[in-house]
Amino acid sequence: MVRDTWLLFRHNLRATLRQKAGLIFGAIQPLFFLVLFGPIFATIGSWETLVPGLIIQLGLMSTGMAGFGVVFEKRSGALERLRVTPASRLALLLGRVLTNAVQLILQVVLLVAVGYALGLRAPVAGLLAGLALVVVLGASLAALSYAIALTMNEQLFAPVMGTAVIPLVLLSGAFLPMSMAPGWLDALSYVSPFRHVLEALRELFGGHYFTGTVVAGVAVTVVFAVISLTVGTRVFNRASA
Amino acid sequence: MINATGLSKTFKGGDVAVKNVTMSVRPGEIVGFLGPNGAGKTTTMRMLTTLLRPTSGTATVAGHDLLGDPARVRRHIGYVSQSGGVSPSVPLGEELHLQAMLYGLSRAEASARTAEVLAMLDLTGMESRPGGTLSGGQRRRVDIAFALPHRPALLFLDEPTTGLDPQSRANLWDHIRRLRAEDGVTVFLTTHYLDEADALCDRLLIIDHGEIVATGSPAELKAGGRTLDQAFLDLTGRSLREEAAL
Ligand SMILES: Nc1ncnc2c1ncn2[C@@H]1O[C@H](COP(=O)(O)OP(=O)(O)OP(=O)(O)O)[C@@H](O)[C@H]1O
Ligand SMILES: [Mg+2]
Repeated sequence: MVRDTWLLFRHNLRATLRQKAGLIFGAIQPLFFLVLFGPIFATIGSWETLVPGLIIQLGLMSTGMAGFGVVFEKRSGALERLRVTPASRLALLLGRVLTNAVQLILQVVLLVAVGYALGLRAPVAGLLAGLALVVVLGASLAALSYAIALTMNEQLFAPVMGTAVIPLVLLSGAFLPMSMAPGWLDALSYVSPFRHVLEALRELFGGHYFTGTVVAGVAVTVVFAVISLTVGTRVFNRASA
Repeated sequence: MINATGLSKTFKGGDVAVKNVTMSVRPGEIVGFLGPNGAGKTTTMRMLTTLLRPTSGTATVAGHDLLGDPARVRRHIGYVSQSGGVSPSVPLGEELHLQAMLYGLSRAEASARTAEVLAMLDLTGMESRPGGTLSGGQRRRVDIAFALPHRPALLFLDEPTTGLDPQSRANLWDHIRRLRAEDGVTVFLTTHYLDEADALCDRLLIIDHGEIVATGSPAELKAGGRTLDQAFLDLTGRSLREEAAL
């Protein structure tokens, strides 16, 4: 299982690196928000509030659409070819998810680095803890995205996921903290798991590690990871996928 | 090598694709699986290769229980799907190497075997070509290469020669015969080409509307002076030539 995962991870990573243009655009996109929206936000809030929001937005957008890759593989028949090899079904999923995780780490590191240049100041421990949290969240979302892509009509996947991600980003408070929202919207946003993770992230960037908010964010992430990986594995296991 | 009992598949929506198929293939046989479009050939193959869960029925494939131990079955079989599985953007040497390693070969074995299999299918020198740049017939041969790195004891080929030029087709027949002669490989293949079934197969199974309607050697099916085409027509109400033209 570990060997298969490693083989598929390396293969997928190489395939991702081959798409240089895609990588560059993926890395530049969040920087636009930082450079062109950040300075406005900085007049009312801090970089330590904004950057975690952009990280969550980035994490949701890029890993939420991860399933798109498997749609192509399904269409070309490559997925079925892999499925007749003895490779573990979990490896077929994890090999992909790990590739998405590595991509996300690179994007987040770049975002934080540019954020630092613009005025972000966060303790290293907080940054690392935050990165770990986001990577687990992103990897889980990628797993879920693959499961959805394999279950749903392929034509519908891109529009449906693209649309579903937007309210999740907005409700997490990625752009403006939900404390600024009217009561009903604030209440509604608690339904989104990502709000809890984002608030934990902001605390971590602020140097507060052992608070209730952080514990809640970690707990939500762990639960989300367990659910997503279970669903993902089940779908990859199922004979018809 | 294959022992299937009562295999059936009903798709969601109530479409019964395969009905109660009972069949067996002996070690070392080359068996042709014939039938009109939509008869259930691909569905049967996908069940026998662990890709599709039968609605009912059981099978032993390459010595292992299909439902109870699919992972072992996969280790011993090779499968070429009807529509192929070449990734358009990956260099084929790289992809074949990955495929070999997923079949459990070591890095060195995988490299050796990749070169061997490419040479066998006249694809040497194309290692760095992405799948998307290949011609249809070249791509078909790559599909076949993907099924061979682990020297499977049993090979499933779903219309392997569709889209091949006559020369490549004859070469593939030779390869299939050689696999059987040298490695004792058992082959279960579908085809719409009468001459292919006649020339290559020891035995034929004919399926129509999801049910096996005849089985026998080409000679047996041709008994009474019928051509294979007439036999097929009598059994299924459709002509093999008509099928091949589709
Ligand atoms: N995923 C599916 N969902 C619903 N029906 C299906 C599915 N796959 C196949 N079928 C139906 O099952 C029947 C058998 O299809 P199958 O692909 O096994 O035929 P075949 O004998 O391989 O035909 P061909 O010679 O055209 O390849 C057809 O009626 C087909 O429409
Ligand atoms: Mg078919």
